[in-house]
Amino acid sequence: MSLEKYESVIGLEVHAQLMTQSKMFCRCPNQFGSSPNTNVCPVCTGQPGSLPVINKKAIELGVRAAVALSCEIHPESVFARKNYFYPDLPKGYQISQYERPYSTQGHIVVRLKSGDEKRIGITRIHFEEDAGKSNHESYGTLVNLNRAGVPLIEIVSEPDMRNAHEAGQYLRALHSILRYADICDGNMEEGNFRCDANISVRLRGTEKFGTKVELKNINSFKFVEKAIEYEIQRQVFAIESGEKIIQQTRSWNSGKNVTEVMREKEQAHDYRYFPEPDLPKLMISSKWFEQIKKEMPELPKEACERFKKAFELSDYDASVLTSSKELAKYFEAVVAHCKNGKASANWVMNELLGRLNAAGREIGDTPVSETQLAALIKKIDSGEISGKIAKTVFEEMFATSKDASSIIKDKGLVQISDPAALESVVRKIIEGNPSQFAEYKAGKVKLLGFFVGQAMKETKGQANPALLNELVKKLLDS
Amino acid sequence: MEFGTQTIQELLAGYRAKNFKPTEVVERYLKNISERDEKLNSFLQVRPEETLKRARTLDAQIDNMSTLPLFGIPLAVKDNFLVNGWQATAGSKVLSGYISPYTATSVERLEAMGAVVVGKVNCDEFAMGSSNENSAFGPVRNPWDLERVPGGSSGGSSAAVAAGLATVSLGTDTGGSIRQPASLCGLVGLKPTYGRVSRYGIVSYASSLDQVGPFSRTVWDSARVMEVMSGFDPRDATSSKRSVPKFTEELNTNSKRTFKLGVSRAWLEGVDSDVAKSFDSALEVFKKMGCEIVEIDLPHTKYALSTYYLIAPSEASSNLARYDGVHYGYRTQSAKSSEELYSRSRGEGIGREVKLRIMLGTYALSAGYYDAFYLKANQVRRKIQEDFEKAFTQCDFVVSPTSPSTAFKLGEKTDDPLKMYLSDIFTLPVNLAGLPGLSMPCGLDSRNLPIGFQLIGKPFGEAELFLASHQYEQARGQFALPSMLKGKG
Repeated sequence: MSLEKYESVIGLEVHAQLMTQSKMFCRCPNQFGSSPNTNVCPVCTGQPGSLPVINKKAIELGVRAAVALSCEIHPESVFARKNYFYPDLPKGYQISQYERPYSTQGHIVVRLKSGDEKRIGITRIHFEEDAGKSNHESYGTLVNLNRAGVPLIEIVSEPDMRNAHEAGQYLRALHSILRYADICDGNMEEGNFRCDANISVRLRGTEKFGTKVELKNINSFKFVEKAIEYEIQRQVFAIESGEKIIQQTRSWNSGKNVTEVMREKEQAHDYRYFPEPDLPKLMISSKWFEQIKKEMPELPKEACERFKKAFELSDYDASVLTSSKELAKYFEAVVAHCKNGKASANWVMNELLGRLNAAGREIGDTPVSETQLAALIKKIDSGEISGKIAKTVFEEMFATSKDASSIIKDKGLVQISDPAALESVVRKIIEGNPSQFAEYKAGKVKLLGFFVGQAMKETKGQANPALLNELVKKLLDS
Repeated sequence: MEFGTQTIQELLAGYRAKNFKPTEVVERYLKNISERDEKLNSFLQVRPEETLKRARTLDAQIDNMSTLPLFGIPLAVKDNFLVNGWQATAGSKVLSGYISPYTATSVERLEAMGAVVVGKVNCDEFAMGSSNENSAFGPVRNPWDLERVPGGSSGGSSAAVAAGLATVSLGTDTGGSIRQPASLCGLVGLKPTYGRVSRYGIVSYASSLDQVGPFSRTVWDSARVMEVMSGFDPRDATSSKRSVPKFTEELNTNSKRTFKLGVSRAWLEGVDSDVAKSFDSALEVFKKMGCEIVEIDLPHTKYALSTYYLIAPSEASSNLARYDGVHYGYRTQSAKSSEELYSRSRGEGIGREVKLRIMLGTYALSAGYYDAFYLKANQVRRKIQEDFEKAFTQCDFVVSPTSPSTAFKLGEKTDDPLKMYLSDIFTLPVNLAGLPGLSMPCGLDSRNLPIGFQLIGKPFGEAELFLASHQYEQARGQFALPSMLKGKG
């Protein structure tokens, strides 16, 4: 295998839909799932004579993104028209930004599985409006313009990533930041967070970039990683077998697990960009900028620092728990209900996330709610059940979404903390194991554990461990 | 009484004296249209029922007319404006049958203040032309001489008012499309400062140059329409937030002011001798009024034509992309693929001159040519603006003839686009500089055709422009009427 001889160079372009009430240039609702062509007006359907007006809220969210991604903000930027014909593009051009975007030169730091951190540069962020949606049916193509004119930011990274994992981590970090700051809801299935990847390979040690291939519209983190991995191998094999890489646009076929050609470079458009004459320059005053900065929601790295301090968590634990806004919120809700940060962290990270990962589910559709998990932790803390029993209970909770108390009741799992009841169990065990008792008495004190274990077994694990330990020792020594 | 040539002022006085009601006036105008327009072809759509319905609601409001500054004023609207329920073809086959789903801000404001739309009027296709011969619905004829053009692109707007088919009309002016036809038809035509009037609801030709403006018989009427129609519109991001003066009040006070008029003799070379003579005698009138004439230099105006014909077509090539047969308007019957749907709908629906400009603009914006053409043209545009800025340190207005010649014959310039484009040599730079420009009649040539005088003002200097031209108008006296109206009121 010759893959090691090569190094891949990856840059990502992300289109993130902004969480505004209305569209970028008109007052139609920015809303998913309405009946086709109902969220439309003369402006977003491109009627003659209609004109765009900039949605201030969209600009505010864009500026927020730039702050969150440590970008430079340009007080003066320019909207431009990107001209092309397509049935779901009613004006025959898309309003975007081209030569003078509102923001450039930022970065984010991502954590890799090796434990290292890597800084990925962001070249630029610019505003644009979304196109409509073409639905290709057997009898023809239907156009839905509900999405036409929805506000987007396009975030273009530097070609700083060297493998699929780095690209995946960059995307996850970006997704998390945009979610945290209430900029984009991040819903990939609805197309609210879309990714294109530019990929090339070159021999290790060489400076010059190889010919790049663009992968279009990949709609999950996993697919992005898979598609990039496939594409790197495809390119290396092609080069190794003497072929030349052709500059082209490809798409990911998730059914076949391959990338496929969409169009060659020769078919590329000349978009004839020019400044949008219907809009003045976009001005972002320093006063406005400061205002937006002041009202910034908490970002993942800030949440991480706060978690470390407030809940006495390790660096690693805090970063895992703040890796997504939903998870952080979930965790905080658990702590709020059970008042035990450490235990909450352990339960969320080890039990809940472990099971979610195994089931391929996200925190958003956890079968165990925050209050349910908190109630379970409280039962451990109050001594009602042991930690060990709790794991059994949690397993059941995860499978059935039932409350811990009903599971404990149904299965009779309440911890036995009655000394009299436990004492009779312990006496029975001692009586039933005379030879071990004799050995213990002869000085083999290690056998204490044996008696505890037997007693625990006898109580089906329901004995209060501390009390049991105490009783066993007392009765053996008496 | 005969209706047709009354001014807004005269109609309002008549309504106030209860000499007539809006329905009577509107009925007369509709009658004028049905009797006279066959020869002119200025109207593309009339809806007598709708118009009379509207007039009847005004009849009932006659006692409150003081709150409606355009009470019962018949208004013709160029067919590149959208007026809810009316067609909006912009003179193109590609928009034939298109019914407006909303109303342009300018029209909305005029209607709200009492104006009555009597019809949609003809124009060059997408406002591209200087003779109205580029309309898909046939040329418009000049009421002063039916063998001649009314000018363009707002030829229907000028012919309609000149022939007494509407009291005032609206046009759009991207390079002279209001002022040149006003000049050729003996009317007052104003292109306001860029941003003064909302462009919302006018079919865009070149967004950075287009402006809405009125045609009228008098400066006062123009001022009245402007004070109602101007001002910031939240639906047009390029409209200005500047406050709008009460233009007519400033005229009513009858204050006399003297101005300095700047003339660039180099710029005026090559105009027809009758036009030059009439222009000079108008300057004499201004002098008698106490105005001073100063020589100014506009060194970059000689590049205005080529600059305009890069910027306007570039913007047009993009603005007109939406007329593609997909969502509305004309669609070809013979497309076998989506590619063909586009090329044939556009190929069949769009006329020759418009195609020419789309091609020109597409080329100027193409990769590899953008810097040399579009970008360079915008740099020159800035130079032309600076010429005017400098001139205005020496004078209050720059003046010129509106057009180098009077109305020419149909077909005379259709084979030579450049010759046609030269009709707008004095108006184009004003759009490039974004300034207000007013054309008013200043004389007749040897064939009895009207000649126009153009005053160019400082940005948002409409009030001064009105004042100066109103004073001139008083000194000049009532202007002649076209022969087809001789003997009619």
